[in-house]
Formats: sequence, structure tokens, C-alpha cells
Amino acid sequence: MDTLKQLDQIEKDGLAALAAASDEEALAAWRTAHLGRKSGLMAAFDGMKDLTKEERPLVGRRANEVKQALESALEKKQSALRMAALEASLSGEHLDVSLPGRAQPLGRLHPVNQTLRRIYAIFAEMGFQVYRSREVESDDYNFTFLNIPAHHPARDMWDTFHTDREGVILRTHTSPGQIHAMREYCPETIRVILPGMVYRYEQVTTRSEMQFNQVEGLAVGPNITFGDLKGTLTDFARRLFNPQVRTRFRASHFPFTEPSAEMDVECFVCMGDGCSVCKGTGWLEILGSGMVHPTVLRAGGYDPEQVSGFAFGMGPERITMLLHRITDIRHFWRNDVRFLEQF
Amino acid sequence: MRAPLSWIKDYVDLDGISIEELAHRLTMAGLEIEEITFVGLPLPPGDKHDFKVEGIEWARDKIVVAEVREVGPHPNADRLTLCRLHDGDGEHTVLTGAPNLFPYKGQGPLDPPLKVAYAREGTTLYDGHAEGWQLMTLKKALIRGVESYSMVCSEKELGISEEHEGILFLPEDAPTGIPLADYMGDAVLDIAITPNIARNANILGVAREIAALFERELKQPDTAFKAEGSPVAGQFKIQIENPELNPRFVAGLIRDVKIQPSPGWVQRRLRLAGQRPINNIVDVTNYVMLDIGQPLHAFDYDELMRRAGGKPPTLITRTAKKGEKLTTLDEVEHPLQDFTVLVADTKGSHSIAGIMGGLDTEVTEKTTNVLLEGANWNFINIRQTLGYLKMNSEASYRFSRGVHPALAPRGVGRGLELMRQWAGGTVCEGLVDEYPQPYADPTTELTAEDVRRWLGIDLAAKDIAAILARLGFATRVKGEVVSATAPDHRVDISADPVIGKADLLEEIARIYGYDNIPETRLADVLPPQRNNAALEFEEGVRDLLVRQGLQEIITYRLTSPEREDKRLPPGVAPDPKPYVTLKNPISPDRFAMRKSMLASMLEILERNARLRARLAFFEIGFVYHDSESGPLPDEKPRLVIAITGPRDLPNWQSAEPELLDYYDLKGIAEALLEGLHLTGIRYEPGQHPSFHPGKQARVLAGERQLGTLGELHPAVHGQHDLGPAPVLVATFALDALMAAAPPRHEMREVPAFPPVLEDLAFIVDEALPAGQVQALIEQTGGSTLAGVRLFDVYRGEQLGKGKKSLAYALTYQAADRTLTDDEVAKLRKKIIGRLERELGAALRA
Repeated sequence: MDTLKQLDQIEKDGLAALAAASDEEALAAWRTAHLGRKSGLMAAFDGMKDLTKEERPLVGRRANEVKQALESALEKKQSALRMAALEASLSGEHLDVSLPGRAQPLGRLHPVNQTLRRIYAIFAEMGFQVYRSREVESDDYNFTFLNIPAHHPARDMWDTFHTDREGVILRTHTSPGQIHAMREYCPETIRVILPGMVYRYEQVTTRSEMQFNQVEGLAVGPNITFGDLKGTLTDFARRLFNPQVRTRFRASHFPFTEPSAEMDVECFVCMGDGCSVCKGTGWLEILGSGMVHPTVLRAGGYDPEQVSGFAFGMGPERITMLLHRITDIRHFWRNDVRFLEQF
Repeated sequence: MRAPLSWIKDYVDLDGISIEELAHRLTMAGLEIEEITFVGLPLPPGDKHDFKVEGIEWARDKIVVAEVREVGPHPNADRLTLCRLHDGDGEHTVLTGAPNLFPYKGQGPLDPPLKVAYAREGTTLYDGHAEGWQLMTLKKALIRGVESYSMVCSEKELGISEEHEGILFLPEDAPTGIPLADYMGDAVLDIAITPNIARNANILGVAREIAALFERELKQPDTAFKAEGSPVAGQFKIQIENPELNPRFVAGLIRDVKIQPSPGWVQRRLRLAGQRPINNIVDVTNYVMLDIGQPLHAFDYDELMRRAGGKPPTLITRTAKKGEKLTTLDEVEHPLQDFTVLVADTKGSHSIAGIMGGLDTEVTEKTTNVLLEGANWNFINIRQTLGYLKMNSEASYRFSRGVHPALAPRGVGRGLELMRQWAGGTVCEGLVDEYPQPYADPTTELTAEDVRRWLGIDLAAKDIAAILARLGFATRVKGEVVSATAPDHRVDISADPVIGKADLLEEIARIYGYDNIPETRLADVLPPQRNNAALEFEEGVRDLLVRQGLQEIITYRLTSPEREDKRLPPGVAPDPKPYVTLKNPISPDRFAMRKSMLASMLEILERNARLRARLAFFEIGFVYHDSESGPLPDEKPRLVIAITGPRDLPNWQSAEPELLDYYDLKGIAEALLEGLHLTGIRYEPGQHPSFHPGKQARVLAGERQLGTLGELHPAVHGQHDLGPAPVLVATFALDALMAAAPPRHEMREVPAFPPVLEDLAFIVDEALPAGQVQALIEQTGGSTLAGVRLFDVYRGEQLGKGKKSLAYALTYQAADRTLTDDEVAKLRKKIIGRLERELGAALRA
């Protein structure tokens, strides 16, 4: 059948001519020549009316195949040419990728609040909730209820700012919050941490401040032991410093706890080998703790024959200093941007 | 307190215990060893120690006991001598200028020879002639024509004390040739004594702790004295006026003493313990105090007699009379308070009890008869007196922390015997002992269950008793119950049975070892769980501001009114409510609790003004306002925000930077309030004196003011050392913000139907606030008007004078259908109509 042969030839010629076309203009001309109204292919469609009833479907199918083949080849060719043109144009566009980016202001929490949040989060997971109380405090809450009566030698342990108002001081520790919390919650069991600012009559030096934060903790209940104190605080240290860190508890003295203990954490800088951070001891003093003194439990409304408890207190500034090797505590309230921007 | 090991060994055997182990156990048991000064003993190996290491080690092969057999002249120098010395191996000629060898010069061979500390060539020790403690190494040298390679040492050169007047003489029986370190090497423990263990502020106390910790025997001090004189009774009397303040007074008498320096070993011990030797009598009082913890006072008995008109004196203890004054040993005259206890006689007072003796009756070089006092005083009363006298002494340190009255006769007995040994004389028989208020040593009961409940360890009753017995408690076990009577050297065990129990539990834990108590996790009932809404809100605000690129600061809450007044322009009177002020400020510019966060912020802006052109800070903290309900102030949580400088951070591409202005700050405030889901917020012109009068707004929720924001008043700006750019400040009452914030907010449905967008511009009077225009558009548009956004403010001649154009992008949208053109046109018409009628606006074509 001649027409079918002609169609084969039309396809072959068309594809060959397309391969030779190399720009949009040539493609347009090719389209007119091979797919246009006057093309051989269209002539073949037109000639179908002269064919026999038997030939017509065969030629028709073949003519459509050829049309599709040419159109799809054209599309491919067009896309290839467009890609080539784009690539040619992009090759001239080069950034200096090493130039600095456009700076965006990065907001930051004060480093001490960053540490406080870590402390809150760790204790929250152990069931300790945050309880806050006032900073300008009565002498009774700061001392007397905490088993530190007037003229007691233990009062020497705190250098106190006294106000001009009788019996009113700036709290020297967050411990008054223990009494506030116990009086509010008694007879429930208690697990709270008590963060906040405290004040000491102390010269401001690289190592000491007259205003600093403390985070105190208090657990009270019918079945709380010194072993629980050790376990809870060791868990805390492992989460704050590293999972392997070792702790040790040294006997110490605080009037509001008995027995009292200082917790040392194995120096996380030298891993206990001794370095300048731990002053060669391998240990860092992190917090004071102890079993709540019966006098304090009583002041809070609890019966020390029925319940026991532990309490602890730590300095978030000191912990921040250790974590980041900050050597001067005065950086914190100085708020020099060159310091703050590092956290 | 400083405790030489050699002295501790008087009471407990330390054989087989290394210094490091000793220090570790004491530290863990609450006697923290802060420093160890080595005086000859080997330094601990390595660099890692729990304590600070000071001092030197005496090389065993280089510093030895030697004997000086003859002291001869130096051929070319009168002030030097040449010693013929034998060091156990051979003879050496040693050159020295020690003045205490001069008496032996030219006396020929000495019998017995003088025992000395001899340092061979190459030894490292302290330079006796240098200021402070400088190390030096002995080298061969030619001194005035004589070769010198070794030396005989002074105490200073060996690190024993600062004594460098002459060389150290050793006892005659010191074995020649043995290393000096073996003979008298020592180390001094510097122990931090907390108030609850003041009973251990003496050598016996430290030894008792060591004995308990290492389960060794404690040797008891010898408190007996050899008395050959006439009975003390009748030679003086004691009269106590207030037994509450002076529970016990014991005294004895020694006659015919010879005042002179104490034996060398006593002086050395005192110096190692940090006490300056004076003379044998005074040294005894100090020695006994350091030794067993009872402060003593020595009176010149003859002076007391003289004051009593030659009759046997009566020592009277009483409180001071009104206006009474007293001159103490240090020749300072003190006015006295009426609660202060004095030791007096019929002629008048002579000592401040427990604190310092008086000048008139003190022991002098001429004293021959000594009355020795060992008394007991009420520690709270002593503290009150110390409080106003601002004095401190070794005696008052102990008395103000509590001394057991049983120590008084022991101290006097031991003191009299040591005086007899060191100063000669005859001790009168017996003591005068007034003890009107005997101290009852409490007996406390506790059980194995108490130990388990409180400490979390299982100990049998007999084991509990055994631990307490190691500390000197008299214990009895009856079934599960241990009864423990406190020993008569401590006053820290409470007579309250519950507190006393806690006191014992602490002792059990200390001796059992905190290390040996297992770590457990809390198994107790979890309390009701509660949020801290205020803190959570505060943290939410922090996050919203940090997300906007602000830096948080934390400032001093102590300030001064002068500093705070600078936040106001000149001539504006500050709020007259009083500050909470300090009675004892440490710094003249920080004596009042702040009333303003703005002032704190300005201080920090000033500090950073030259460091960065662009600053963006916030602080959340408290201000302290005088309260009407009592002396405690209201502590109010506040937020302050400040921004200043270029809008963008410096950038290599940027053209001329634009400065942050009011609208930048307002954008931050709006984002904050939006983040808190506050609705219906209004910004109205404000009148806060710290702000620019035309560039400030009150932030209102309903009628309640949440805060103020605006540009810092140029006059206030000028009072601070700030850069030229305007400073934008916002202050918020955090409690008001929290009250206005909804506890939760409901979601608005995400629109499913297409919006109709349209821009409308209105020409209005210049004075009309844009907020009013927008509010009216929103109100009129109702729920179909999903958004109104001002996108342009234009002023120009064609609008006319005093007019402005406000262009708004409107979004019409319905939740349930696609709006028709008709609906939109109707609403548009309504909006335009109301704006025309109510605000005199004209639609801009």
C-alpha cells in the first residue's frame, strides 16, 4: 500500500529534519513544513477520503501514529533547546558565596535564665514545681522560722542587708519560701523548687555578688530519706552535667537541715583529674542540702515524727560560670552585649 | 583552726593513716580541711588534692639532726662563728651568724654538744633573710674567705615559724644523724569549723573525731595537778550574781612562779597553731584553750589582794552598771551595755567576761602568784556583747559558740599543772568551784526505725549504739530503743526529744559515712501537681520577645533615688512614696530597692551605648512599692523593652541606615500582645513624663492600662550618656498583661471560599488618629470584613492643607459562601457612608 509507505517516509524525513534544527526559528519552520496544513502528513490525512473502506482505518491509524511521533519529538527538542538556552544564560550568574549573610537580630535569654530553665525542666520531670516568694522578707521568715533564732551563732553565716524598717530584711536565701510553701500546702506532701533573687551584704568582686539567684528545693512527705536526697540530687547532676558524672556528699552545717550535706560533682572539665577549674581537687562544690530540721517542719505546720523531708539550694550563676568557664561573676548584671551575645 | 599532727598525736594514734586519708575522712565528716601546711613531712604525691598544699618537705638525706661540738671565731668576721659540727657521718665546719651561738664561742669543746637542725649542700629550704616565704637552695660559697656549703637552720628556714633571730636548738636527747623529718617533721591541718561543731575547735576535739572515724582509742587529757601548797579555800572567794549568764566559775592558785619564755617545743606548737607565744603563764592559758577547748584567764593574785586592801579577794561576776566603762588588755576603753557580764572585785571591774581581760590585773613580768580562772558563760549573752563591742578573741570565739561547763575544772587543773611544769612554783591544793547552774546532759531515745525513716539505712539498735559510743555518748540498748546520753564536752544536742533525735541522726550519718548511704529515688506520695501560672506567663513573654530578636538582661534591683530620678526630665517631681532603703548598704549608689525598671534599663543602655549602634533589650523583674498593708513592700512584676539605633544590623550591602522609631517599637509590642492573644487593645496618646510628649501611647485593654510606650523624652535622653539615635521604650505591668490575656483562645476557621480584595483610600483631617478610622471600618465591616490593613499614609498639596490620605487594603470574605459583587458593593457603600458621616472622610478617587 503506497500511502502507508509514504507515511513511513514522512516520519523518517520529519525526524531527520528535526535533528538538524538548532533554534526556535528552525523549529517553527520545521513545524510548518512537517505538521502544517501544507505538509505531507496533512496531505495524507486529506487523501484518506479517496481510499477504500478497508484501507481507511489502517492508513488513519498509521497517520495518527506518525503525527504523535513528530509532535512528541518536537516537544523534546523544544525542551532540550530551552534547557540549553537557560544553562547558557545561568553560566554568567555567579555569587561570591563566601560573602557574609545579611545579619538578622538573634534574640537571646540572659544566660542565667537559660540555666534556670534547664534546672526547672529537670526538676519538673521529677515532680518538683516552681514556687516563688517575696524578696523583701521578714526577719522571722528568713531566720527565726528556719531555726536561726536571734543572736544564734548561725546568723553569722549570712551577711544580711537590713532595711530601715524594723524586722524587714532582704532575704539572704530562698529558704523563707520553704516556710511559705509548707504553710500554704500543709498537710499535703510537697515537692517544690524555689527560685529567685537573694541579697548578701558582700563586696562585689570577681567571685562574690551582693545580688544573685538561688534555686532551693524542698520535698516533704511521710517517707523521705537521706538516701532519696542523694538519689534525687545525683540524678539532677547527671542530667545537668553528664550522664556519667559522679557526686559525693560531704557533711556540712546549715541550721535548717540536719543532717546537712554539701554535694560535690566530679569536675566535668578534667573528669576528676584535677584542673584549674576545680582547683586541683577533681570536685566542684555545687549545692548545699540536708534533711529538713524538725524545727523547720514544725514552723511549716508538719509533725516531724510523722513526716520528713529534704531541702537543697544551689546558685544558678555559679553553675553557669562552671558550665561556660566564666571567671568573673560581675559579668551577669553588667549586661555587656559582648558577654550576652555569647550565650 | 590550725591543728598540728604532732599535737593531735597526743590524743590519738595516727600510725598507718596517710595524711591524705586523714584529710579526706575529716572533710567528708564535716571538718573540712581547707589547707595543709607541711612542716617537714613529705608532700602528698601528685597534683590532685582535696586541700590546698603549703609548706615544704625536709629532704630526709639532706636535713638531719646534728651536734655542734665547738663554736669558734671566724678568722675575718666578728659577727660570724665557725661551728665544728658532727652530722652522724662526719665532721663539718659550718659558718653562721646566729646570735644564740655567740655565748658558746671560744668555750672549747662543748659537753653536752648542742643539738641542731643541719642542712647539707643542695638542700632546698626557706630563705631566712628574705621577706615572706622564698625558697632557696644551699650552694657552695666563700664567705669572708671561708668556704661554706651547708648550714644550721632557724625555725623560719625550716618553715616552722617566722622566727629567725637565732638557730633552732633541739633537745639534748635528739639522736644525731637521723633525718630531721623523722624526728620532728609535721603537718598542720587548717580545718573549717562550722558553728555546730565548735566543740571541735581544739586539738582534743579533732582527735576525738579522728578516733571515732577510724575506730581508734582516744587518750584522755591529764587534768590532775600536783598540789603541794596550802588549800585554796579562804585565799579568795567567788561570787556569781547571775547564774543564768555565768553558770560556772572555777579558779585555782599557784604561787612563786617564774615568768619566762615557755619551753621551745611549747612555743613551736603555739606558733604552728597560729598563736604567738608571750610568756609561760599566758602561754599556758592559750595552750590549754587550743588543747582541750576551755579558755582560761590568769590574774596577778597580788594585784587582786592589793585591790582588796590586803585581804583575800572576792571575784564577783555581774552585769555592767549604767555608764560603766572598762579598759581591756589591748589598752582600749570600752563603754559597756547593761547586759554585759564583767568579772569584778570589791574595788571594781577588771575583765569583760569571756571576751578580754582587763589591764589592771593582768599578769606582768613581775607576777609571782597567779590566780587561774576557768569559767563558763552564756553564749547568747557573749554574742550580744560581741555584737556591739565589735571585738574578737580566741576565747570569745569559743564562748560565743558554746563551751560545756564540765570543761572549766579540767582546764584549770591542766593549766595549773602546766604552769607548775613550765614556770615552777607551788600549786595550792584544791579549786574554788562555783557551779550554781549545772548543765544536764540530755538523754535521747531513738530506734532503728527512726534511722531507717530519716536516713534510709537499716542499722540494728546495737550498731546505732556503737556508733554513738565512738563519739563518747553513754548508750543503753533496750530492745529496739537506744538511749544515748550526750558526753560532757558538747552542748549541741537538744533536750527536745524530737530535735535531739535529729541531732543524733546527724552524728550517726556522719560517722557511718554519707558515702555509705545508698542513693534512692523518691518513692513517696507525689503531691497534687500545680502549675505556676505567673512563671509560665512570664516565660511565654520572654519567648515572644526573644523570637523578635531582643536580648534579655537582668539588672541590679538595688539602686539610689538619684539614679532613678534621672528617668524624669528636670523639674518633674518623682513619685513621693518612700523607697525600701537599706540600713547597711555596701555601696553608696545601691541602697534602695528600685521603683522603676526604666531606670535600670537606661543604666544598661548607657553601658552599651558605645559598643553597638543598635541595641534591643528587655528585662522582666520586680519593682518594690511601698505597701499600705504593712512594712513589707508590694513586689510588682514588670517588663521593660528598649530599642535604639539603626533598624537593620550593619551589613556590607546597606545604604544609609534608617533609625528605629516609634512604629518599630509598636510593632514589637503588637506582636507581643498578639502572641498573648490579647484582643481589643487600644493605643491612646499618653502623658508619661519620661516620654516625648507627642510620641507616646498608653496601651489599654478596656479601661485598664497595660503599659506605656514611646520615645524617651529628649531631656531624659540628654541626662544619660547615650548615642544620638532616639531611644524607644515600652514598659508593661506584667500582672495587668496576665489578667488581660485570655486563658485560651478559639481557632478562627481557615477560609474555604475565595476572598474579594479591594483598596480604599480616604482623605481625612490630619488630626484624626488612624486608629479611629480603622476601628470604624472594622466595626462597619463586621464579620464579612476579614481583614483591614493600612498600607499607605500620604500627604500632598492636592489633598489640601491639614489633610492626609489613609489607604487601606480590605479583605472581604464569608465563611460559608463566595461573596457576590452585589454584597461587596453594598458593604463598601456602607463603610464609605459611615466614614463620610461620622469622621468627615472623603473617598479618594
